[in-house]
Formats: sequence, C-alpha cells, structure tokens
Amino acid sequence: MTQAITAEKKKPAKKTTAKAVNSLDVSDHKATVGKNFADNAKMTMRNVNVFYDDKQAIHDVSVDIAKNEVIAMIGPSGCGKSTFLRSLNRMNDTVDICRVEGQICMDGEDLYSPKLDVVELRARVGMVFQKPNPFPKSIYENVAYGPKIHGLADSRVDLDEIVENSLRKAGLWEEVKERLHQAGTGLSGGQQQRLCIARAIAVSPEVILMDEPCSALDPIATAKIEELIEELSQNFTIAIVTHSMQQAARVSHRTAYFHLGRLIEVNPTEQVFTMPEHQLTEAYITGRFG
Amino acid sequence: MTEALNNLGKIKKSLSRRNRAERRFRWYGRMAVFIGLAAVMVLFTDIISKGQGAFRITYIELEVTYEQDRIGIQSLTDPEQLATGNWEALYKAALRNEFTEVSGRRDKRKLYGLISSGAGFDLKDRLLANPLLLGATENVWILADDDIDTYYKSWLDGEPYAARMSTKQLQWIDELHAQGKIRLQFNKNLFTRGDSREPEQAGIRGAVMGSLLTLLLTLLLSFPIGVSAAIYLEEFAPRNRWTDFIEVNINNLAAVPSIIFGLLGLAIFINFFHIPRSVPIVGGLVLTLMTLPTIIITSRAAIKSVPPSIREAALGMGASKYQVVLHHVLPLSLPGMLTGAIIGMAQALGESAPLLMIGMVAFIVDIPAGFSDPATVLPVQIFLWADSPERAFIEKTSAAIMVLLSFLIVMNTVAVWLRKRLERRW
Amino acid sequence: MQATNILILIIGLGAFAFFLGRGRSIALAAPLGGIRKLHSLPSYYGLHAALWCALPSLFLLGMWMMFDDPLINSIVVKSVASEIAPTNSASYNLLLNKISNLADGILPRKGENAALVAAADHMISLRVVSRWSLTALLLTLSSLGLLWGWSRISASFRARPVVEKVMQNILLACACLAIFTTVGIVLSVLFESIQFFRSVPIFDFVFGLEWSPQMAIREDQVGSSGSFGAVPLFVGTLLVSAVAMVVAVPIGLMSAIYLAEYASKSVRAYAKPALEILAGIPTVVYGFFAALTVAPFLRDLGASFGLSVSSESALAAGGVMGVMIIPFISSLADDVITAVPQSMRDGSLAMGATQSETVRRVIIPAALPGIVGGIMLAISRAIGETMIVVMAAGMAAKLTANPLESVTTVTVQIVTLLTGDQEFDSPKTLAAFALGLMLFTVTLLLNIFALHIVKKYREQYD
Repeated sequence: MTQAITAEKKKPAKKTTAKAVNSLDVSDHKATVGKNFADNAKMTMRNVNVFYDDKQAIHDVSVDIAKNEVIAMIGPSGCGKSTFLRSLNRMNDTVDICRVEGQICMDGEDLYSPKLDVVELRARVGMVFQKPNPFPKSIYENVAYGPKIHGLADSRVDLDEIVENSLRKAGLWEEVKERLHQAGTGLSGGQQQRLCIARAIAVSPEVILMDEPCSALDPIATAKIEELIEELSQNFTIAIVTHSMQQAARVSHRTAYFHLGRLIEVNPTEQVFTMPEHQLTEAYITGRFG
Repeated sequence: MTEALNNLGKIKKSLSRRNRAERRFRWYGRMAVFIGLAAVMVLFTDIISKGQGAFRITYIELEVTYEQDRIGIQSLTDPEQLATGNWEALYKAALRNEFTEVSGRRDKRKLYGLISSGAGFDLKDRLLANPLLLGATENVWILADDDIDTYYKSWLDGEPYAARMSTKQLQWIDELHAQGKIRLQFNKNLFTRGDSREPEQAGIRGAVMGSLLTLLLTLLLSFPIGVSAAIYLEEFAPRNRWTDFIEVNINNLAAVPSIIFGLLGLAIFINFFHIPRSVPIVGGLVLTLMTLPTIIITSRAAIKSVPPSIREAALGMGASKYQVVLHHVLPLSLPGMLTGAIIGMAQALGESAPLLMIGMVAFIVDIPAGFSDPATVLPVQIFLWADSPERAFIEKTSAAIMVLLSFLIVMNTVAVWLRKRLERRW
Repeated sequence: MQATNILILIIGLGAFAFFLGRGRSIALAAPLGGIRKLHSLPSYYGLHAALWCALPSLFLLGMWMMFDDPLINSIVVKSVASEIAPTNSASYNLLLNKISNLADGILPRKGENAALVAAADHMISLRVVSRWSLTALLLTLSSLGLLWGWSRISASFRARPVVEKVMQNILLACACLAIFTTVGIVLSVLFESIQFFRSVPIFDFVFGLEWSPQMAIREDQVGSSGSFGAVPLFVGTLLVSAVAMVVAVPIGLMSAIYLAEYASKSVRAYAKPALEILAGIPTVVYGFFAALTVAPFLRDLGASFGLSVSSESALAAGGVMGVMIIPFISSLADDVITAVPQSMRDGSLAMGATQSETVRRVIIPAALPGIVGGIMLAISRAIGETMIVVMAAGMAAKLTANPLESVTTVTVQIVTLLTGDQEFDSPKTLAAFALGLMLFTVTLLLNIFALHIVKKYREQYD
C-alpha cells in the first residue's frame, strides 16, 4: 500500500463554529461545520459550484476525502449529493448543460485542468452506479472490459488472473466461476451489482465512487454489498452516496450531510449519528424531513 | 499499491494511441455526415443547374402574313377546314421572306427546321382568337425548334453546343441574333401543355393533372380506411393471433417493394376486373394499397399518444367505447393522422414503379379531366422524358423534377408545420 | 360515371334514412317523456335505419360492378354470328376488345363487319339493361332496408349496440384489408407463375444461366425459343445491392453514431432532417441523377485511369441507390442506438473508456440486433428498388461480378417484360410474374426476419 503521492501541504483546518440555525432555511448558510478537511487527503475539493444551465445544483462545497477512508454522503433527495459525486470523476462531462467551477484535486493534481486526460482520471477513480449496469456481454467480458481497453493485461493468462482476482475481491468468484462465459445480464440484481464492482476494481482504481449502490437491491444483497465495501476499504478510498442513514452508519468512517446543494456538516460517522453539530443534520437524522 | 502504480504507467502509455483512435473515429463520423449532406447538395445543384434553362425558351420573331389561300381554307368557322388547313405554310413563307437568299430543297428544309413543327397550330390559335388578322401582316414571336433552343441557350452561356446544327443554321441564328429577332422568353408551354414528342412543345400539365387525380383518389380511399384500421387495431382489437397476424401483415406490406404492388394491380384490377389501363382509377387503387400501411402505422402512433387517462375519464362518465373514440381519441389524434396522411401522399406522389406496370407509362398528349381518362403522372413523365434521346428533354426532365420536388417540399413542410402546430404534449 | 351517380344516390338515401329514423325516435319518445326514455340516443336510431338502407345496396352494387362486365362479355361473344366466333382464347380476347371498342365508340363503325357492329349494338343494349335493372334493384333494396330499419324503432329497441357492432365489423374489415392485399399479391403472382412454370420448368428458371426472354409471338417465327434462366438476374441484383450496401452501411451507420453520440444538439437538429431529405426524394429522380450525371462521370473517371467503365455500370446504379438508402440506415440505426440505455454509456465511460471505445465495444454490440435488422430491411429495399436500376443499369443479362460492367436486375426485367402491349399469357409476360414471385418471397423473408429481430430488440430495452 505504498502510494507515491505528493502530499499536498495542508492548510490548517479552518476553525468552524457551530452556528445555531433555528429554521431549516439554508440560503444564509455559509460554511460547513465539522471536520471537513483531513490531514492525509486523497482528494481535495475547494469551493466547488456545479450548475445545470443557470440552475445551481452545488453551492460552494469544500471537503477532503482521506486516503483509505469510506466517506458517506447523505441528505434528502435532490440535495445534490449524486451530482457532487459525479463531478469527482468528471462524469458530469457527459451532460452537455452541466458546468463545474472551483477546484477538485486528487493527489494535488487538478482534475479539471485541460492537461488532464479524463480517460486516465476515470481509470483512477472508478464508479459504481445506482442501478446495476452490466454490459450485455459475458461475465468474463464485463470484468475484462477495463483491463482490455486500458491495455493492462499482457497476455490471456494475465487477463484471466485479473478477472479472477477482481471477482474474488468482489466476492462473486465462487458464485460465477462455473459460468464465466454466460451473459452478465442473467445474474440476479445483487450479483449484477457485485459484478459492476468487480468490473470497477479490475483496473485497480485508487478511488471508488458509489452512487446509491444498494438502492435497487433487496436487504440480503444489500448486506453483502455493505460487507464488501468494508473489505474494499482496506485497499481503496471509497466515497458512497446513500439515502439510507443506517447504511451510512454501518459502512462509513465519516459522513457528509448535504442539504439543498450545500454541504452542511462533515464529521466522523459516529458523531454525526449521535450528536450532530448542526441543527439541519439533526433534523434529518431524527427524521423530521427527508 | 504498486499494482495501481503499475497500471497507471500502462494507461499513460496507451493514452496517445487511444486518443488518436478517438479523433480518427470522430473524424469518420464527421465525414459520413458530410458525405450525406454533400450528396443532398450535389443532387440539388445538379438538378437545378440542368433544369433552370427549361423555364425559358427560344422564340424567333417573324413577319407573318395570314394569307387565306396559303392556308387553303375558305372560312374560319368550319372545323373540318381548320383541321386540314396548311398552317405551317404561314411561318414557312415568313422564313423564306426573312432569308430570301435560301434556295434548294435541302436548305429550305434546314430553314424550316429553325421553327418548332407545332408552330403552325399556335398561329392558327392566334388567328382564331382574332379573326380580323386574316389577310393582315404582323410580327409574331414564334417558338423555335428544340435544337435551335438548345444551341441558342448554350451559345448565350458561352459554350455553344452545335452537334445537331448545320453551319447554315448557325449562320442564320447569328443573323437573327444580330437583328434582335431571337430571344428567350418565359416557357409557358411547360406549364400549360400535355406531353409531346417535340421537346419545345412538351409540358407537364397533363402529368400534373394525372398526379392530382390519382392522389385525390388515393387520399379519398386510403385516409378513411387507414384511420378505421388504426382505430380498430388500437382501440377494439382483442389481443389474439388474428390481430397479431394483421399487424405482421401491415408491417410487411410497408416493406414490400413497390413494384410488387404494380404486379398486383396488373393481375387483379386490369386482368381480372378489366378496368382499362393507364387510368387514374387503377393508379389510385394501387397507390391506396401501397400507402395504407404508412397511414395505418402513423395513425396508430397518433392514437397511442393520446393518454389513457382521457379514455378512462370518458368511460367513467358512462360513454360507450365508440363515443370515447369519436369524441375524444379521434379529435386528439387527428393532427398526427393528418401528418401521416400527408407523408403517405408525398410517398405516393413520388412513386412510379408500380404505375409503369399498370400502363400509366403511355404517351398521352391530352390533359386528363376525369378518373377514367388515360393519364400519366409526374414521376412517370420524368421517367419518359429521361428516356427520350433529344438533348432538350434533359432540361425539361430536370425542370419537371424541380416541380415534383417543390410539391414534395411543400407537402413535407406542411406536415412538419402541422405536427409542430397541433401536436399536444402530454 | 353512372356508377358514381348510383353511389351518390345510395348515400343520399342513407342520409334520408338517418333523418327519418332519428325523427321517428324523437317523435316516439315525446309522449313517453322525452328522449331520456329511449334506450339509445336518437342519432343511433337514425344510424340504424341508414345502415339498413345503404349497406345491403352498397354490397349489391359492389358485386354487380364486379360481375356484370364478364357476364355481358360472355353473353355477347356467345351470341355473335358464327363467322367471327372465336376459336381460341387469344382470338376471344381480340374479338372482345374489338366489340367493346366499337361499343364505346373508340373505333369508328364505318366499314366494319356487320356482324361486329351487331355484336357491339348487342353489348350496348345489354349494358343499358344491366344499368337500369341495377338501379331498380338497388332502389327497391334501399327502400326495403329503410322500411325495416324504420319499423324496428321503438323506445325499448337497443339501437346503440347494434350500430356499434356493425361499425366494429366495418373497422375490422378495414384492418383486414392488409391481409387481403397480401393474399392478393400472393395469389396474383403465384397464379401466373404456376402458368409460367408449366411451360418453363422451375428448375431451369431458378438455376438456368442464360436469360433471353425473346419468345416468338407467332409459332412459325424464327428464334422462338427464349431461355429463362434467371441466375444472371439474381447475380445482377445482388451485385447492385452489394454496391449499394457498401456505400450505405458505413456512411449511414457512422453518421447515425456521430449524430447520436457526438454531435451537439443544434448540429443534430439540423443535420438529421437534412439527411432525411435524401429519403424523401423520389426514386425516379435518383434514377435520372444516376443515368445522366453519375454514370457519365464514372465512365470518364474510369477512362482517365485507363479502365473501361460501362455507361450503364452496376457501380453507378448501386452507388446512387446506396446514397438513397443512407438515411434509411441512419435513422434505423439512430433509433436503436438511442434505445441503448444511458447507464451502459455511463458504465463504460466511468471505466475510463474513450467515447469511441464505448461506442465500438459497448453500444454497437448492444445495438447489434437492431442494426442487423435495419440493414436487412435496407437490403430488402435495395433488392426491390426499381426506378434507379431501370434508368441506370442495363438490359443485358450478364453473369459477372465486376461492378464496372452493366448488369440487369430482377426488377428491370419485370418492368421490361411488362411495359408495352404484350399478350398477357405469353411466357414472356408470365416470366415477369415468376420474377415477381421470387422478389416477393425473398423480400418477405428478409422483412419478416428483420422485423422480428428489431421487435425483439425493442422489447429488450422497453
């Protein structure tokens, strides 16, 4: 686990004071409360604004994602957490009207600099989507897709090994090793999602973004995925968007609470769910809205 | 994480190759679109550049004396005399007066060849319209022969095409030009006359009328039948194999080559029912069968786009299924159906292959006035002219194509406009 | 136009019956306490009467129109004087033509055989009788129907279900017209083809290598043996279609991909309809373009390279046909490509695939069934395309795979064999129907298969 990264000189985390907010109105909300900056940051986001045409979806978000941590992003639907996640590997580029401002860096490298190749970025920052989306190919081909396009395997044996390893890491190997060449779309929903995870880790990304990966799955499949996330967190940095607070509580180290496009609070998960700093967070986790 | 590092190196190395491939692929796509658009451009430019000349035609000014005995008639009211009168003699004499030095039979024939062989009848019409001219002399602009027309136009454009001309004729035209007695005028024959073997006399009126009659019949038959079929399939048909069979049939008929419909028309309408060949009735029937699938398919799409909630609301009020259809579904889907009908009609207007089979390819001079008059249609007229050897027919063909295309453009524009204007978004 | 007058008369009577029926139902309802007491709305009673009045008459009219001509003809021909009586079917038709032309006044009567003139007069009188008896019959039938429909009207009579049932059957009949058309096509080509295969063995037709359909019109004519081996036509058709596909498939597919995946919204909004203009241009225009612009251009181009290109080359016809088919393929491909769910694209792009890798490795494979179906429909269209090849491909049946030479196709031969006044039952014209049968069968199979694939594909992503 020796990552050759040029650790950015960290500015001392800004002291933020909890401001009493009596209403749920956030338009006057300026700063995020809690520990939104980390010392061993893998990714750093500063003053990020995202617009769809004229509509602003993300307002001035600044947060760090630390190395090998699992950070959960929660919030009511439409709060912009998915949009924010998608700007971390520039998937928002595929939406014509979407515009990202501010600074997003990984290992100190600006992700939105014109010099950066988005292909390389996405190989380093993998993504798992809300609905399992295996390609209409065989299980093997699904996992081999990334290594093939990036030219990671030098031989067939290499490729076989990568596929097996990835499927093993995704906890799917035992279930599918007999039918690697059957269509990936024939698997159950939970298996499909784990296949998508296997597909993502086959290129050994540094960060994995997960956009509500369990929302389309039943509880048993969800439990398996959550287990898997925990295992993966030993090797990967993971950012997960979820609308299930229990899930955030179970899998994440830190939790970020989004509200109407603003990042309200970031704190260690335990703290967020036991004694949230901000009133809005508290209102959300106690079920006053969401 | 050496693995990741290792991978990163490999990915970085592959980047330039992959980005090149990406650019190449994008360029292929751009080229494909460009080629398609270029084809449209080339086609239109080609047709327009070939056909623009046809809207003007060469006339020669001659001093014509309407001498009674030269024509060989006693009165202007006896139709038999009018039919047998030697009307050509009028312009022939005028030509001889103009070029007094011409002698010898061959030269004279060349000289008469300057003028369209149908010009005598134009002079006759002129005289009949104004009987006082009998015995008088006037300067008349007379239609020139097609070879002269082709040459004169090409000569004006600076690239004379004199293949079918003799040196004497070239000389005469030079003389006429010097005296200002030859000029281009608007070619009204093109729009007022039927077909002719003489390119300068030929017009598209007959074909346009034929197309109009055929299309009218097609519309009258195919629209109600098509809409009824669509209503049945969308609103009433039970989900069973028979309905599936009907659907398969409709979809297949939409893709059956049009010439097969011609064979059907020939075997059924002409050989079995003994409807005469070459008439708009058969053409209309064949085109009806051909456009029905299009109309049914678009009408069904239009009916489908009416939300079920409207049907449920009406049914909930106690309306019968027919009342729902008649009062709600039909009015709401009518714009879509009309659009489909126009598209079907545009398709029928451009169709020619099946009409060749049922004899609408005959040479017909008279302008049809009814559904049972022999007729041809515009695209078939284009086919006939394109096949004619005379060079002057090339520009006539292109002009007819321009007319056909303008009809189609108007129809399609109306369809698009209708869809934009009336289509409701649910 | 007498039939039209009768038609208008029947429709008029129907309208009359409608108002009569409606009036009666209202009148009947008045003492009972208004039209609320009726089972159905008054207009349904009107419609009921109108249907009874007009439908049987219309049916009779249709039947009469179908069968009166053949009946009159056979009566006339049977009763003609023996010296002009026909001996075989050909002379039967000839005689009939002559008589009816005389009767219609197309041929002048002066100087015609007296027996013929008499027959023509007979025909005219029979026609008059037929018209008048038809009119009388129809009027009686309509009145009876009207009376029946009118008499059934009562407050408890359930007019609406009856009317709706009839309407539904009319709608069903309209929908079934598609089936009748197919059956009509099958019967007409099959019937004539069977006749053809009686004189030319089917094996010789399908596998014969020589095509020269010159049959003698009279038996004693020299060179009366035509040969009907259709293989050169099949080869020619395939060659032209192959050229068309070589042009249309890559261009159509790539432009669909570009417009669906790369082009900005505004480019797409203009380029797509502009490309579709190509689909709206009549084939005869393409034929003209191919024959007068493309073919000479290719011939001159070939000559400048020292190649001899026929002025009616398969290349010119096929190339122009390909241009015609571009929008067909591109719009079908566009449909199936945009039907591939966005999540596939996202999945691939998030893996770090470039856009072209996504297209080639994920989208095209996912859309492949739909694309293949579209291409098959395009092939069926190319095979059946007539005007371009009639105008720009040749007449000579050559067995060649060289696109620079002139070839002839199935459709060209159908047109050549059937235009002009041929006798209808000569093998030459019948051969056209046999070719039609081949064409119909092949395109039908292609279409069914392709439509099936496309449908299955649609269901997959719906």
